[in-house]
Amino acid sequence: MANNNYYDPSDLRKFGKITEWSEELGTKFFDYYGKVFEEGALTAREKALIALAVAHTEQCPYCIDAYTKDTLQRGVTKEQMMEAIHVGAAIKSGATLVHGTMMMNKVNKLEM
Amino acid sequence: MTKVKTQSLHKREDELANANRQLEILSNGIFQSGELPTFAKKIKETNQFPLRPKKLEILQINVGYMCNQVCEHCHVDAGPDRKEIMTVETMKQCLDVIKNTGAHTLDLTGGAPEMNPNFRWFVEEASKAGIKDFIVRSNLTIIRANKKYYDLPDFFKKHNVHVVSSMPHWTRGKTDKQRGEGVFDQSIKALQELNARGYGMPNSELKLDLVYNPNGAYLPGDQAAMEKDFKKALKEDFDIQFHNLFAITNLPIARFLDYLIASENYEDYMYQLVEAYNPSAVANVMCTNTISISWDGWLYDCDFNQMLGLKVASKVQHIKDYNEAILNDRNILISQHCYGCTAGAGSSCQGTVAE
Repeated sequence: MANNNYYDPSDLRKFGKITEWSEELGTKFFDYYGKVFEEGALTAREKALIALAVAHTEQCPYCIDAYTKDTLQRGVTKEQMMEAIHVGAAIKSGATLVHGTMMMNKVNKLEM
Repeated sequence: MTKVKTQSLHKREDELANANRQLEILSNGIFQSGELPTFAKKIKETNQFPLRPKKLEILQINVGYMCNQVCEHCHVDAGPDRKEIMTVETMKQCLDVIKNTGAHTLDLTGGAPEMNPNFRWFVEEASKAGIKDFIVRSNLTIIRANKKYYDLPDFFKKHNVHVVSSMPHWTRGKTDKQRGEGVFDQSIKALQELNARGYGMPNSELKLDLVYNPNGAYLPGDQAAMEKDFKKALKEDFDIQFHNLFAITNLPIARFLDYLIASENYEDYMYQLVEAYNPSAVANVMCTNTISISWDGWLYDCDFNQMLGLKVASKVQHIKDYNEAILNDRNILISQHCYGCTAGAGSSCQGTVAE
């Protein structure tokens, strides 16, 4: 290990190197990844915003770094970027809260 | 984030006002240690070294570094405090060249070229040469800066000048941050006035193109997609139309280099440029079809080399000795800033270059 941090920003540049230890799977992954982000039924810009939101819900520093830059490159404004993150946050918190119904079901079942 | 500065590096006597210091920075550090390959090494890999000119297509004349704006990313380090202005004598030497050149495009730039006191005379004389495409790079706000410039749209129209203007974003916040407070509103007014004269309208022969530079330490997005977004937003919000959008990469020189270093983005930005290196862009970089002429008549491979003080490697180095055949037989001077023109789809004063 070159340093004492779990996360190092310069490691993002090495992402492509994962292929070196498993060429077939790495190549298949990057081919798939590249294809996913191409313009399709969604624009590349829309996909970048989805990626930015997911990067935050996954709390992946590399992805946040990469897709902040990527969305800026596509002319996305900071207001749009923040709104996208709120969508992710709303789903995250909604996903937590909707499980509250499980708790309610259980309480209702257990209590007299 | 950096604070908007109101003086050029030259005025501030900043060390980056010195071209040699900039070249030193570009050659040291990650390039000296071999962490990243030098540009020369990179183009050798694809047998493109030395870079050689193709047919000359564009004469780009910088008529002075004076400007009414002090944009944060400016590679010219232009501003109101810059006094370098092309004289009538040098303009006359340029006109002799313009009359006989094989180039099809004449491209006037600055600073704000309109601030040269002999700008209008020069445009009138140059337009008589009948060059196919006569570009003036106007920063838009100059049209609104002072009463004496209010008639510029009519003047441009009269001489069938192709107007190319900078517009970093379709929103006020992003534009003003890069180019200065109030620039967006004045630019919008100027664009509306140009539209009113027919500039930029569909099928109009009065060409109006916009230049987009990223607002920070990242590369421009896809030119076609950006053009679509710009057109939609400017039409919907301000009823403005234009023809093409040129997405231009910021090169790591002068004020943009200063910004990169001050914001600790320099190394990351150079990584981005090198990682986005596109050999197919190398074949069409603008230095292969352009000669850049400085306010004092010296000749350069491009406007960036002009700012770095890298005069053409030729027996002919000044407009007074201009000879197209001799000039075309030269090696183009390169350094690590050249990565800016070969990243992604490539970048030039005419937008992307990769085929």
